[in-house]
Amino acid sequence: MNTLDKPAQVGLFVTCLVDMFRPSVGFATIKLLEAAGCHVSVPDAQTCCGQPAFNSGDRSTTQDIAKRTIEAFDGFEYVVGPSGSCIGMLHQYAELFDEKDPWKARAESLKARAYEVTTFLTEVMPLNLADLSLPIQATYHDSCAGLRELGIKQQPRELLAQVAGLTLNEMTESETCCGFGGTFCVKYPDISNRMVSNKTEHIVASQATLLLGGDMGCLLNMAGKLKREGHAIEVRHVIEVLAGMTDEPAIGEAHYDLGQPAQGVQHAN
Amino acid sequence: MQINSPHFKESAKIALHDVGLQKALGNLKAGFPTKRAAAVARLPEFDQLRDEAAALKNHIIENLDIYLEEFEANVLKNGGHVHWCRTADDACKTVLDICKEVDAKTVTKGKSMVTEEINLNDFLEKNGIEPVETDLGEYILQLRGDHPSHIIAPAIHLNLEDVSDIFHEKHKRPKSDDPAVLMQEAREMLRKKFVAADVGITGANFCVAETGSTLIVTNEGNGDLTQTLPKTHIVVTSIEKVVPTLEDMTLFLRLLARSATGQEFSVYNTLSTGPKRAEDQDGPENFHVVLVDNGRSDMVGGELQDMLRCIRCSACMNHCPVYGAVGGHSYGWVYPGPMGSVLTPQMIGIEQAGLLPNASTFCGKCESVCPVRIPLPKLMRHWRESEFSKHLSPKAVRWGLGSWAFFAKRPRLYRWLSRAANKSMRLLGKQNGKISKLPMASGWTQFRDMPAPANRTFMDLYKTQKASEKSS
Repeated sequence: MNTLDKPAQVGLFVTCLVDMFRPSVGFATIKLLEAAGCHVSVPDAQTCCGQPAFNSGDRSTTQDIAKRTIEAFDGFEYVVGPSGSCIGMLHQYAELFDEKDPWKARAESLKARAYEVTTFLTEVMPLNLADLSLPIQATYHDSCAGLRELGIKQQPRELLAQVAGLTLNEMTESETCCGFGGTFCVKYPDISNRMVSNKTEHIVASQATLLLGGDMGCLLNMAGKLKREGHAIEVRHVIEVLAGMTDEPAIGEAHYDLGQPAQGVQHAN
Repeated sequence: MQINSPHFKESAKIALHDVGLQKALGNLKAGFPTKRAAAVARLPEFDQLRDEAAALKNHIIENLDIYLEEFEANVLKNGGHVHWCRTADDACKTVLDICKEVDAKTVTKGKSMVTEEINLNDFLEKNGIEPVETDLGEYILQLRGDHPSHIIAPAIHLNLEDVSDIFHEKHKRPKSDDPAVLMQEAREMLRKKFVAADVGITGANFCVAETGSTLIVTNEGNGDLTQTLPKTHIVVTSIEKVVPTLEDMTLFLRLLARSATGQEFSVYNTLSTGPKRAEDQDGPENFHVVLVDNGRSDMVGGELQDMLRCIRCSACMNHCPVYGAVGGHSYGWVYPGPMGSVLTPQMIGIEQAGLLPNASTFCGKCESVCPVRIPLPKLMRHWRESEFSKHLSPKAVRWGLGSWAFFAKRPRLYRWLSRAANKSMRLLGKQNGKISKLPMASGWTQFRDMPAPANRTFMDLYKTQKASEKSS
């Protein structure tokens, strides 16, 4: 951590799905990082972490995207993003380059600086969430990449424990994949459907009225299935709850008027 | 065994709607993973043992030639024979030759996935020799003309009713749905076969270099009768099963039973060390080990080398949500689940097995339970890379990926693309925040809604916000 009492310089890795679907998650992340004492920037040169190419076997495209991402976040003390999956991908960049390749060391450096947001806010710059209250029964889905690549399990729960009134009803098999899997859900729709159906069954059985998670892909998948099945369970990214930004319509609930700015902006100020 | 891997998607679809199969898979999910977790919890040093086992396996693979030659020398010293077989055909012919030498009419078989891999039963039958499976699950499958759907619980796809039906049909006895009665029936039928067999064929879980012994792990004891009663015992196994010493073997045994069934130790752990000696009362007069390569030595030194650590415990498939949804037969060949999705392309070709390494969300559960820490998702990704570089992946996927990559490498254009995608989806979902039909993503909208995106992209909103901060 910084010793000069200057705020930590954090580059926000927005992630594609937050950019396209859920800007409020990006603003919530900024809000919490600033509350933790960081100075947050959003490098304009970032695009995607490259995971679609990586998991489709296109190594050379993945390398190209990795290099761009490494460059975009050069010089930041920390790189923080609201996704275990995308940050997990940043952690894998080093494996893309040979030992002799100078990019390898740069990828290792990015790995050492890159954190998923709930990990960052518990382990690097612990955040106190006093005064936050949300009386609700929630349940939490542990997204696979975050859980098994980055060890994200207790971090979001520790933060949620600070939210007054919020009870966490742990669902059965909270660690089992929801069937999203990036392109998997469109390549193998029948299998993906079975997996997400199992998931919604457990979510409903938990009797929670709010489903939380740390990855937009999984959340869109589960929200879409809950909607199709007609359940009234709200779905949100955990960071929105932690930032107190729950008056934003839940995922898949919005009645947007074209051309009007999303509500999340006001909360981020 | 007929290769059905190219039809994975169709098979999976059928499997998902097969009520009996789904019931059976439900039992599997509730059984093995729970028992494994309990067994692991009772052994605090479990993870340390996994590290030791992975390191030992790496050492063995790096010195495979040395340990295999030591094993061979000790088998010979004990009076046995070793046959080196590069291909499945070589191995089948070798087994047939040995059977012919002793004029065998029937052979009993202990459970062996390597004999499934080389399709030994069909080959023996074609050549006039009757193979009799003696593992209860395998026996049931043989009566049905069926194949294993799991590497340690071959008939896991069946329910009690299925067993009751086939026993009634084939044994011509009154129908029963009492497992104890059915078990007794199988025992009586098999007992005659054990005594009549000319040759007993087993697999081996491990081959011990220092003693020239092979070891089988079973829970039924059928393996012991298979290998001790007939005059000739043939062990059909593969080259990566060798371990240096008996003590090394016990390290793997501690991991194997716990990872597989959640047992501390399997019921029977039986070592075979050469043929019967003069002072022995029982045992085979001839002892043969058929060492099958079948693509394994090609994996040494390559991207798939880690897969040679596999001890065939089945933990990966027991915990796999995809296997749990579609069962083993959907994979269309001998080895199902994550380990199969890595091995099958190596053995039957990526051209035929390409759908398997793609049928994973990379959730990583398999790797997290693997007793020898095989990075299964990474190895499945290796096959995806191989497909991509050979231009085997579907055209639409390549085109889509290529166009997306063009944008992803160009931030300004990517902003534009995100904005366009945001806007078009917003138009589709403007009524109620959800999209019920989405062009080019019918796989998604067939089963779920697509939550509509917010009004503008984050990047646009952020820039607007920054600009207004500056001007105020």
